[in-house]
Amino acid sequence: MWKWLHPYANPETTYHLTGRLIPWFSYITVFFLTVGLTWALLFAPPDYQQGDSFRIFYIHVPTATLSMGIYVGMAIAALCSIVWQLRLADASAAALAPIGAVFTFISLVTGAAWGKPMWGTWWIWDARLTSQLILLFLFLGVIALHNAFEDKSSAGKAAGILTLVGVINIPIIKYSVEWWNTLHQGATVSKMGKPSMSIEMLWPFIFCYMGFVFLIVVITCIRFRSEILSRNSMRPWVKELVLNRGNS
Amino acid sequence: MQFDSFTAFIDMGGYGFYVWLSYGIAALAIALLIILSKQKHKQTLQSINQRYIRETKRKTAAQQQHKSSSFTESENNHESAP
Repeated sequence: MWKWLHPYANPETTYHLTGRLIPWFSYITVFFLTVGLTWALLFAPPDYQQGDSFRIFYIHVPTATLSMGIYVGMAIAALCSIVWQLRLADASAAALAPIGAVFTFISLVTGAAWGKPMWGTWWIWDARLTSQLILLFLFLGVIALHNAFEDKSSAGKAAGILTLVGVINIPIIKYSVEWWNTLHQGATVSKMGKPSMSIEMLWPFIFCYMGFVFLIVVITCIRFRSEILSRNSMRPWVKELVLNRGNS
Repeated sequence: MQFDSFTAFIDMGGYGFYVWLSYGIAALAIALLIILSKQKHKQTLQSINQRYIRETKRKTAAQQQHKSSSFTESENNHESAP
């Protein structure tokens, strides 16, 4: 496996590969999000209790679950960067942090806009909401640490340690609705066995979810390439790339 | 289609404000993230390019200075010698 993976650990190869992949991932993202959101807004049946307010679900749940997914991905990258000194892992951790922050922010805002008509309040200091807010602060802390050092590798180390310590928050978010008595409802889609959603509601969700997954991939590729460049600015291939760009 | 008219679609069964607030902020935040990410890529390329320009300028300046100063230096050394 290492032999197969080895060329992708080369920053130059990865830079060009991601550059070629971005358009394709963008098309897939646009397809899934267009279909999914149109379906969610126009064709999914209204919830029998929550009426049309439940359409917020199609943004709220994907962004919330994926914000945790991004954090776990960032933590794995941080671990690889600290243990094996993989510089590309460090670059991908730095690329993921702002995306995670935006997704967490969206999940909190959509949650508030859903909570106001359903619970009667924009915000409550309940276990799920508070732990998700902590996740936002963790992302912001990681971004701040990445920018706090002139030297990228020491910045990556500091941010990586914060990321790894913050992993403790992920199971807390996940199980907060079971461990504590919260206002937030339990899992709907990922329930063991059958999801407790009707199939007409589930399909648009799957499309939206896939759309957001590929959206993350696209933005990660864009940011990852900038991180590769700024970490390899003294390499001849970067010099050649920059000079060719100036001429064209 | 779940809605009879466009106004019914906008109204969202009375939850229009909350639904469109959610979708609006999500769209805005993601659009901003994409724009800033692309801008960052451009800025990274530009700043690397500027550093190359600065470095080549410094190098040529140092070479020229070295050429002109090597002559005066030797003269100076002559004069300052006791």
